[in-house]
Amino acid sequence: MNANELIRSSASAMAAKLAAGEITSVELVQAHLDRIGAVDGGDSGVHAFLHVNTEEALAVAADVDARRAACEQLHELAGVPIAVKDLIVTRGQPTTAGSKILEGWMSPYDATVVKKLRAARMPILGKTNLDEFAMGSSTEHSAYGPTRNPWDLDRIPGGSGGGSAAAVAAFEAPLALGTDTGGSIRQPGAVTGTVGVKPTYGAVSRYGAIAMASSLDQIGPVSRTVLDSALLQEVIGGHDPQDSTSLTDASTGLAAAARLGNVKGMKIGVIKELHGEGYQGGVENRFNESLELLRGAGAEIVEVSCPNFGYALGAYYLIMPSEASSNLAKFDGVRFGMRTLPTEGPLTIERVMGATRAAGFGDEVKRRIILGTYALSAGYYDAYYGSAQKVRTLIQRDFAAAFEQVDVLISPTAPTTAFKLGEKLSDPLAMYLNDVATIPANLAGVPGLTLPGGLADEDGLPVGIQLLAPAREDARLYRVGAVLESLLEAQWGGPILDQAPPLAELVQTHAAKEANS
Amino acid sequence: MSVDTILSFEEALEKYDPVLGFEVHVELNTKTKMFSSAPNVFGDEPNSNVNEVCLGLPGVLPVVNKKAVESSILIGLALNCKIAPHSTFARKQYFYPDTPKNFQTSQYDDPICYDGWIDIELEDGTVFHVEIERAHMEEDAGKLTHMGGSTGRIQGADYSLVDYNRSGVPLVEIVTKTIEGAGSRAPELAKAYVAAIREIVKNLGVSEAKMEHGNVRCDANVSLRPYGQEKFGTRTETKNVNSLRAVENAVKFEIQRHAAVLDSGVLITQETRHWHEDTKSTTSGRPKSDADDYRYFPEPDLVPIVTTPEWVEELRSRLPEPPAERRKRLQADWGYTDLEFRDVVNAGLMSEIEETVAAGASAAAARKWWMGEIARRAKLADVDPAALGVSPAVVVEIEKLIASGAINDKLARKVLDGVLEGEGTPAEVVAKRGLAVVSDDGALQTAIDEALAAQPDVAEKIRGGKVQAVGAIVGGVMKVTRGQADAGRVRELILKTLGVEG
Repeated sequence: MNANELIRSSASAMAAKLAAGEITSVELVQAHLDRIGAVDGGDSGVHAFLHVNTEEALAVAADVDARRAACEQLHELAGVPIAVKDLIVTRGQPTTAGSKILEGWMSPYDATVVKKLRAARMPILGKTNLDEFAMGSSTEHSAYGPTRNPWDLDRIPGGSGGGSAAAVAAFEAPLALGTDTGGSIRQPGAVTGTVGVKPTYGAVSRYGAIAMASSLDQIGPVSRTVLDSALLQEVIGGHDPQDSTSLTDASTGLAAAARLGNVKGMKIGVIKELHGEGYQGGVENRFNESLELLRGAGAEIVEVSCPNFGYALGAYYLIMPSEASSNLAKFDGVRFGMRTLPTEGPLTIERVMGATRAAGFGDEVKRRIILGTYALSAGYYDAYYGSAQKVRTLIQRDFAAAFEQVDVLISPTAPTTAFKLGEKLSDPLAMYLNDVATIPANLAGVPGLTLPGGLADEDGLPVGIQLLAPAREDARLYRVGAVLESLLEAQWGGPILDQAPPLAELVQTHAAKEANS
Repeated sequence: MSVDTILSFEEALEKYDPVLGFEVHVELNTKTKMFSSAPNVFGDEPNSNVNEVCLGLPGVLPVVNKKAVESSILIGLALNCKIAPHSTFARKQYFYPDTPKNFQTSQYDDPICYDGWIDIELEDGTVFHVEIERAHMEEDAGKLTHMGGSTGRIQGADYSLVDYNRSGVPLVEIVTKTIEGAGSRAPELAKAYVAAIREIVKNLGVSEAKMEHGNVRCDANVSLRPYGQEKFGTRTETKNVNSLRAVENAVKFEIQRHAAVLDSGVLITQETRHWHEDTKSTTSGRPKSDADDYRYFPEPDLVPIVTTPEWVEELRSRLPEPPAERRKRLQADWGYTDLEFRDVVNAGLMSEIEETVAAGASAAAARKWWMGEIARRAKLADVDPAALGVSPAVVVEIEKLIASGAINDKLARKVLDGVLEGEGTPAEVVAKRGLAVVSDDGALQTAIDEALAAQPDVAEKIRGGKVQAVGAIVGGVMKVTRGQADAGRVRELILKTLGVEG
């Protein structure tokens, strides 16, 4: 098997080859590093990575190979490389959160999920690009420049986890970690043709994920197959005593559920409010085809209404900035990261803090800090934050009522396919609409999975299908997701990602175009 | 520094009725911090007892210290509070370099303990019923040291050093309801209230309760209103007063200052004040309104604290006897006068005396030793009497040696010297130093004969009926026996030798 075929395998296939001794982890890691070298960098590359962790990844791979040679019992995914969203802290590598304010900062501790990756001996290929502090839906708000969609380098890869999704879609990594506060794993998954899962709130420890909105943030897997996400969630999930909100009784048997893949007799609910008007035609078409495939596989498709979902976006854009304004207060130039001194006048702490934040934070971050500070301020709390929390309760009730009728819910993951870089940059509200279908799950803490549902008729770009399950029923998502994935692959003659144009050529063309312009 | 014009305390009280309120912060003595596993230790090298959580590094999350919750509940129970079955944390947002996250995790609208009371007994026996509004949990801030200025204050400093060792230390903040009716007793009540809180938390074992280390700090709220007026006056809050004497003085000063300001027709500014021990006065801090915008919102990183009745009752069963009740019981048991007992309490020797009595000494003997010889030596050595190294068992043994006639009071003091110098138990010291009373009449008789022979003129006087002259001979005998003779017995033997009736 040549390197190009190797990197296009699923993580589970890579794991099987490693276990069988057909390949070494060093070969596998090197193949990915080569791919990153070929397509990621330069002005025309995908720019999924902010930091490539070459030396350490190869050292971990060599160690796994030595242990395997010594017949040591290893984790199933040992030696399979992974990329980590640069919002998740790692020792020995920089963590920037996509912000200037953390440029060059090295965390003195590992996030819990990173400790788990290390325990499983998965080589970390590097840190992936994101919208600054995970604020955005296009990865254009990274202080280090945007990531490009591997399907079309002039388009956005989704956000905030565009780097993780693009890395997986571009075959630069078989697996990645993302974080999802309002859809930042699922929406990039949809527009890049990858699988992404936001687990049940608390199923994966948040310790070491730089907080945007604590009550909504969730770390989760990004992969190319449903089974791979299940395998990865099993690595990173479980109770963490360092995270007070971490569950003690989260769903287990995720990979088993993905391997079982059966929908016979299941009731699948179409959320009336999350398709139709405002959704691109090609997105609607692929969505309806998925419903047909599931019906054909023995599921009963019913329509359910979640009447309060219409208020979800509004509630989200009050709760999220409120919590973010508080979480970002620690970035003050006192203990870590960047410190900027005012150019004139006295050097007081307030002025140093002000100068640091003015220079260190980007516009979207400032926008949300101001919004959140206002929403929490005396006299406005009840009208804004308080009301938003009430809406949140109503959305939880909508989910509870819907799950009385059906086993899982289904919708398109994003209303449109990938838009052009820069297209919505000057219109934050239009940008926010991209998360309309993903946000309810964060507000209610329920798990959500996106998988590629085919290509839109208008533009040939990937369309995401979202599945939602009750809290702690993550396994149900994998079970249904695996069925739909295999049906879609049969329909499309293989993985949807195989339909993507050859990336190396795209990068060359793009470079030539850039050079001419 | 300018001291504001003030009225005399008496003048102030003639016109105005003081209203008080206290916020007492108690640092808990848990092994680790409120929300992290960093050690909670006082006085170490700056920034040595810190980890990523109490430094507020990116990505960290808090986890509540269960022991701190238990200590908080114990304090609440000792203050007759109700314990909330469900309470939450909130973020109190403000920017300051000693709060690493730039918010303080505290409790806001549902504290763990609420609606309590405590009876405060003043020195003359007057009892004030003080109502407790709430006792809630929060974390302490770090410590700033301002360098380069002459005053040590932030004004005029060149730069400031930050020590985060105290950052995240568990605090319980005890807030009273407004206290009316204290009148001229207000300063005294302030002192007695803080003393009572300190005693309670020390007695519970949940805090070191050392005010000089900042373990217990008081914010004292004072307002004045003309007699007969129902509406409260504008208050000031004197921050972080850290000795009992200072609490008393600060309240007194603020009453006098408020009165002068009000008399001059000016309104009191609602603000924080700083207490200055050197000038015994307060100065203006920052303006503080009731609407200070801390933008509180529920702490999303912490799940609510749920207490079960079983847990609370189990904690209640751990409560020691309340200090006030204990004092009453001990005074009655020991039969001390009010004055004697107050001296013992003020000297902080109640527990030592209690243990000594329990070990077998009489209450009178225990008091005599602890308040006398031991306290005197402790003062010379500049340590607490309890820290001097005299155990209750030593006192009991010395008392037994005296009772058996083996030593007298004077020798007992030498025995104590020996014990403190590490020579062993009292009995061992007596043996090693040869301190036993000489009770062998034969040995005494020899010494008496020698003394009489040495002072024949004195002997003659005694024979002639001047019995009071016997003292000179007794002195000679005591000198020869190095004080180890029973002076009464020596006197008897001298008179017998000389054939004189005593």
